[in-house]
Amino acid sequence: MESLIIILVGVLTTVAIYLVLSKNVVRVILGTAILSHAVHLLILAMGGLKQGTVPLLGEEAEIYVDALPQALILTAIVISFAVTAFILVLAYRAYQELETDNLGAMRGSDDE
Amino acid sequence: MYLLILAILIPFIATALIPLIHKRIGAFHIGWFVLLVPLALFLIFIMQIPAISNGETLIQAVNWIPSIGINFTVYLDGLSLIMALLITGMGSLVVLYSIYYLSSSDSFPHFYAYLLLFMGAMLGVVLSDNLLVLYVFWELTSISSFLLIAFWYHRKNSRYGAQKSLLITVFGGLGMLAGFLMLHSMTGTFSIRETVTVIGQYTDHALFYPAMFLVLLGAFTKSAQFPFHIWLPDAMEAPTPVSAYLHSATMVKAGLYLVARFTPIFGGTAEWFWTVTIVGLITLFWGAFCAVRQTDLKALLAYSTISQLGLIMSLLGLGSAALHFGDGEQGALYGLAIFAALFHMVNHSTFKGALFMVVGIVDHQVGTRDIRRLGGLMAFLPITFTFAVIGSFSMAGLPLLNGFLSKEMFFTASVNAVSLPIFGVSSWGLLIPIIAWTASVFTFVYCMIFVFRTFFGAPQLKKLDRKPVEPSIGMLISPAILCVLIVGLFFAPNLLGDHLLKPALHGIIPGISGAAPHISAWHGFNTELFMTLGIIAVGTLLFLTFRSWYKIYLIQPAGWNFTVLYNSLLQDLKRAANWITTHYMTGHLPAYFAYIFVFFIAAAGGTLISTGALSIDLTADSPITTYEGMLIVVMAIAAISIPFAKSRLTAILLNGVLGFSIAIFFVLFRAPDLALTQLVIETVTTVLFLLCFNFLPEWKTEDSSKRIKIRNAVIAIAAGVTVTLIGLTVNSGRLFESISGYFEDSYELAGGDNIVNAILGDFRAFDTMLESLVLFIAGLGVYTLIRLKHGKGPGKDEH
Repeated sequence: MESLIIILVGVLTTVAIYLVLSKNVVRVILGTAILSHAVHLLILAMGGLKQGTVPLLGEEAEIYVDALPQALILTAIVISFAVTAFILVLAYRAYQELETDNLGAMRGSDDE
Repeated sequence: MYLLILAILIPFIATALIPLIHKRIGAFHIGWFVLLVPLALFLIFIMQIPAISNGETLIQAVNWIPSIGINFTVYLDGLSLIMALLITGMGSLVVLYSIYYLSSSDSFPHFYAYLLLFMGAMLGVVLSDNLLVLYVFWELTSISSFLLIAFWYHRKNSRYGAQKSLLITVFGGLGMLAGFLMLHSMTGTFSIRETVTVIGQYTDHALFYPAMFLVLLGAFTKSAQFPFHIWLPDAMEAPTPVSAYLHSATMVKAGLYLVARFTPIFGGTAEWFWTVTIVGLITLFWGAFCAVRQTDLKALLAYSTISQLGLIMSLLGLGSAALHFGDGEQGALYGLAIFAALFHMVNHSTFKGALFMVVGIVDHQVGTRDIRRLGGLMAFLPITFTFAVIGSFSMAGLPLLNGFLSKEMFFTASVNAVSLPIFGVSSWGLLIPIIAWTASVFTFVYCMIFVFRTFFGAPQLKKLDRKPVEPSIGMLISPAILCVLIVGLFFAPNLLGDHLLKPALHGIIPGISGAAPHISAWHGFNTELFMTLGIIAVGTLLFLTFRSWYKIYLIQPAGWNFTVLYNSLLQDLKRAANWITTHYMTGHLPAYFAYIFVFFIAAAGGTLISTGALSIDLTADSPITTYEGMLIVVMAIAAISIPFAKSRLTAILLNGVLGFSIAIFFVLFRAPDLALTQLVIETVTTVLFLLCFNFLPEWKTEDSSKRIKIRNAVIAIAAGVTVTLIGLTVNSGRLFESISGYFEDSYELAGGDNIVNAILGDFRAFDTMLESLVLFIAGLGVYTLIRLKHGKGPGKDEH
């Protein structure tokens, strides 16, 4: 199971990086969103999967699954949402100001 | 107890205090305060003489970074003491002289701060026993020299000279550092004393000779040896007291000090003997030859300094042969060259210091130091003239002055070298005294030029800025003291020899126990005396017929010198750096991303493969159900479809599929909190995307060329494979026990049944707090960006 999930992470990473390398702003943003999905899955898989019960002490089980990756991912989900929201608005403003969504055209003047 | 360490620190402390003192004293010249520092230090070092002349040495150590063997160990022996006395003694005279030399428009606090910085750094160089500490001080002298050369930074030539000296000396310094590190990797110690005792076992080591040549590179660049001598004439842009102090008496002798210090380590080998001797002889000749043609008095002195440094360097080279013989008559015979080197090092500081001060006085009083505008100043500046005669005649090696003694010893050493039975000297050995003699003839000629062109002949008062008069008495004190020393050392050389030079010699060549060299002025009618007489005869002849043989200087084409080479090298370097930068800093974000990913693949993937860490082990995997398998297939298909999506709506919905599938995975993997959060966030994100699309242009298919698309695909796939392989490798083996067991006591430790919540709210509460801060900042950013007024975008200018 873990190996399959890791391979899925690889596929997601490939797609994400292909999008990030694009010239279109929206594709880049989409790429970063997919990249964070991939990383969340990776962190979870690193902690081991399905070996134990839900990490709630009330369950009174013998083994719980690793709770630490879950806590880290929870933080990561929220932060990646914040970043996605911010760069989306940034793209919107850039389009309003520059009237292009092409990164190739957004490169400032030559003497910089 | 820590007197010596304090002696190094005092100038630095004084440097820091200068700006504070300067503000309080008003009209009083700050130089008088500064003068106290070198004077006090000079007295401290004078008091060490009795102990050192008895053959004792002093060691004081403070631990600095003991874990890697770097300690602030200060070591005082004869050699260090000579250097320390030169630094503080000359320092006192130069500070005194500068008080009268500098004009009121100069910035005194800067000048004296740099000068004290140099003094401390230079003391650090000659007193450190630890190689890395020595290196730090070494570079600090380069930096303070840079600051002092560029003291009149509004002049273009000053800036050029400062940069040149810094580039060349720091280049050599870095080489020297590499040499030190090689020595350390051989011997395992950074201490020079310890290295001397153990180096014998490592002479066959592969790094022995590279380390030797790198250390020599540092010494040669610092001491302006051919072909690195080109920085010294340009360093003459510094104020004259600085030239007298740094660029003739002390800093340029740091390279000589280094060679002397390392003689017990590398000396005794043919490579060391030949390299140091030949470089020294070439420098000696070339410096003297070039000095004759100079028309600027300071440039003349600069080339003369180069030449004299070469002389001392060649003596150190010749003397290193003594180590081959060890204790015995022959060892003592060749060891005399080292003795002569040390003696001449002291003498050179006295007469060259005096001569620089003379030039300073001439420049200060008449406004020029161009030989073609000077002449006949004897009548106007009789005292300065006396100093000039004493200094120059000593440099020329004339009797009754200290230069005569060390020059004779130099000839003795060069004549002795001819009969040296080792290193294959026999075939070429005769060249050594010939070059020495020829160079000394040129030395004699430029010394005469210095005196006669400046002080004799018809005065050309119309060409001078001011009518020449003697300067104030304060400016004459320092050169007067030096001139007294020049004469005094001739009549009582053994005072210096017995108390300072002998212990220093024993430090450099430990083998020599007996045979105390005795300096005497009269040896009878021997080869050396006839060499001197020949120099006076031929030199006088050449000086008188200068115009008829001047043409030999025109043989060297104008473009064929090392300064031109240096300039063009610097130009090419700039051009190359510019070319590279403009070619990779394109301003295209996709290109920068590509660099980052390619670097990641090379660094992480490369390490994974090259270290052989790659391993895939599937045995520990948990079982897989059909339902989960289907979900994985769905996600993979959704992800792969995104780049091919025709409309942006499709792409966003596919991204939604990914997000919600992950939420399902979170449920399957026993992570209810994550599933909840993921569901909420994914919904909000999708809405946000759709909202923004209202304002963004329609999704166009990628307009990149096929080549770029393939390139991007290759990078993406390679990165994906790297991540997968790293993931699989990490999953296959655990290096450490999991720390998660700790958090299972969450009820006892944090009072929470939900472990994930306990971690977020208690164990890692700071994380969560900062996470909220990130959210807050992002919110602020979004708000400001939306509220921001329209700026001047393209197409909006027409209104």
